[in-house]
Amino acid sequence: MSIRTRYERELKEIFDKLVLMCRHIEVAIEKSVRSLTERDAGLAKEVFEAEELVDRMERDIEQACLKILMMEQPVARDFREVSAVLKMITDLERIGDQARDIAEISMQLGSEQYIKKLVHIPQMAVIVIQMVKDGVQSYINRDVELARSLDRTDDKVDELFNLVMSELIELVKKNPEKAEQAAMFIIINKYLERIGDHAVNIGEWVEYAITGSHPKSE
Amino acid sequence: MENDNKIILKNVNLWYTDFHALKNISMDIPSHMVTAFIGPSGCGKSTLIKSLNRMNDLIEGCKITGEFLLDGEDIYGQLDVNMLRKRVGMVFQKPNPFPMSIYDNVAYGPRTHGTKSKANLDEIVEKSLKDAAIWEECKDRLKKSALSLSGGQQQRLCIARALSVAPEVLLMDEPTSALDPISTGKIEDLVTELKKDYTIVIVTHNMQQATRISDKTAFFLLGEVIEHAGTEDLFSRPQDQRTENYITGRFG
Repeated sequence: MSIRTRYERELKEIFDKLVLMCRHIEVAIEKSVRSLTERDAGLAKEVFEAEELVDRMERDIEQACLKILMMEQPVARDFREVSAVLKMITDLERIGDQARDIAEISMQLGSEQYIKKLVHIPQMAVIVIQMVKDGVQSYINRDVELARSLDRTDDKVDELFNLVMSELIELVKKNPEKAEQAAMFIIINKYLERIGDHAVNIGEWVEYAITGSHPKSE
Repeated sequence: MENDNKIILKNVNLWYTDFHALKNISMDIPSHMVTAFIGPSGCGKSTLIKSLNRMNDLIEGCKITGEFLLDGEDIYGQLDVNMLRKRVGMVFQKPNPFPMSIYDNVAYGPRTHGTKSKANLDEIVEKSLKDAAIWEECKDRLKKSALSLSGGQQQRLCIARALSVAPEVLLMDEPTSALDPISTGKIEDLVTELKKDYTIVIVTHNMQQATRISDKTAFFLLGEVIEHAGTEDLFSRPQDQRTENYITGRFG
């Protein structure tokens, strides 16, 4: 039976905030890509607001973690769990920034006709959203296998990234006048690929929290 | 600097009459390192530290089996107890200066072991007080009573007294539990300095202290050593659930 009830209550509060922050980020990525496919500036604006909220949540969780480190001076798994959250929220916040950046480009593109129908970018979005969700879920459920699977899932994102890059290069060669728009999509492509990388980072910190070993420091 | 084991314990068992206080303990204590013993009250850590310089010998009903080797020599064999205690010094939880001057406290051990010359004693007293990081605070009042010192100073004086006979091992049984944070910090810094010249074993109830100053940590529970590992490993990824429960405060 635990005798650290206050500590565990504080940790539970952090877990809840982390899940909520993750949920806002999933929605932000989804809306940012939908603002692109549906040419919906309203959705893009919602992403801007979500990004500000995510920033506030990051600071809030950070403060809660620092308070625990100071007041409770945790060790062993307690220490690993709190320090993992501190690292994870940095990646989550960066993901929020990337969703906002995609929304910004979406607004810049305005109603300009796209050089091609968007197929792979929405596919990438679906995968990276699931990766972010899995990253946070693997932490909450202490599921090291799910955390480790993110690295493999990221390979799919990288494949799509390379595919989109080759397609865009070919399109620019054929339609040099569309180079500017193609450059925008290259950036979006890169943002989505980076979101995958951040999700992998999250998985690595989850692995550290659970096992005590960070895969990159082995 | 040697990196071998100063003390080796093999299948150590200790009974206080019917109470089995240490159960089958085998452990290597490396030279020039700080080894911390942690665990709940009554788990055997003080019993073990005391048995390293035979302080349990006089306790009625105390029976000890197993091997206690100091540089390969049996602590409970041919070694003379006085010589053993010269080689293995002890600092206790509460500072216990003798009711005499600061100088005489430190000179007491060397005098007992035959040092008569004033010049030699002066040198030993100064070096010991310097090594215990208290020289600057008491060099102008060496003839004053040791009892006039503050608690933190008294404890450093006791460390100086332990160092005065040039021991090889320093045993410290909760040496800072009666001290304020500043004095505690001084003793902790001192321990880190002293390990260059001595092998140190410290019993502490303060987990943070163990993480700050020790190289190795042994977790005791009900007379057994549950886990003995590098301090960083033990506090970041303990291998035994009981260790984890204790150090994270979920014990019981």
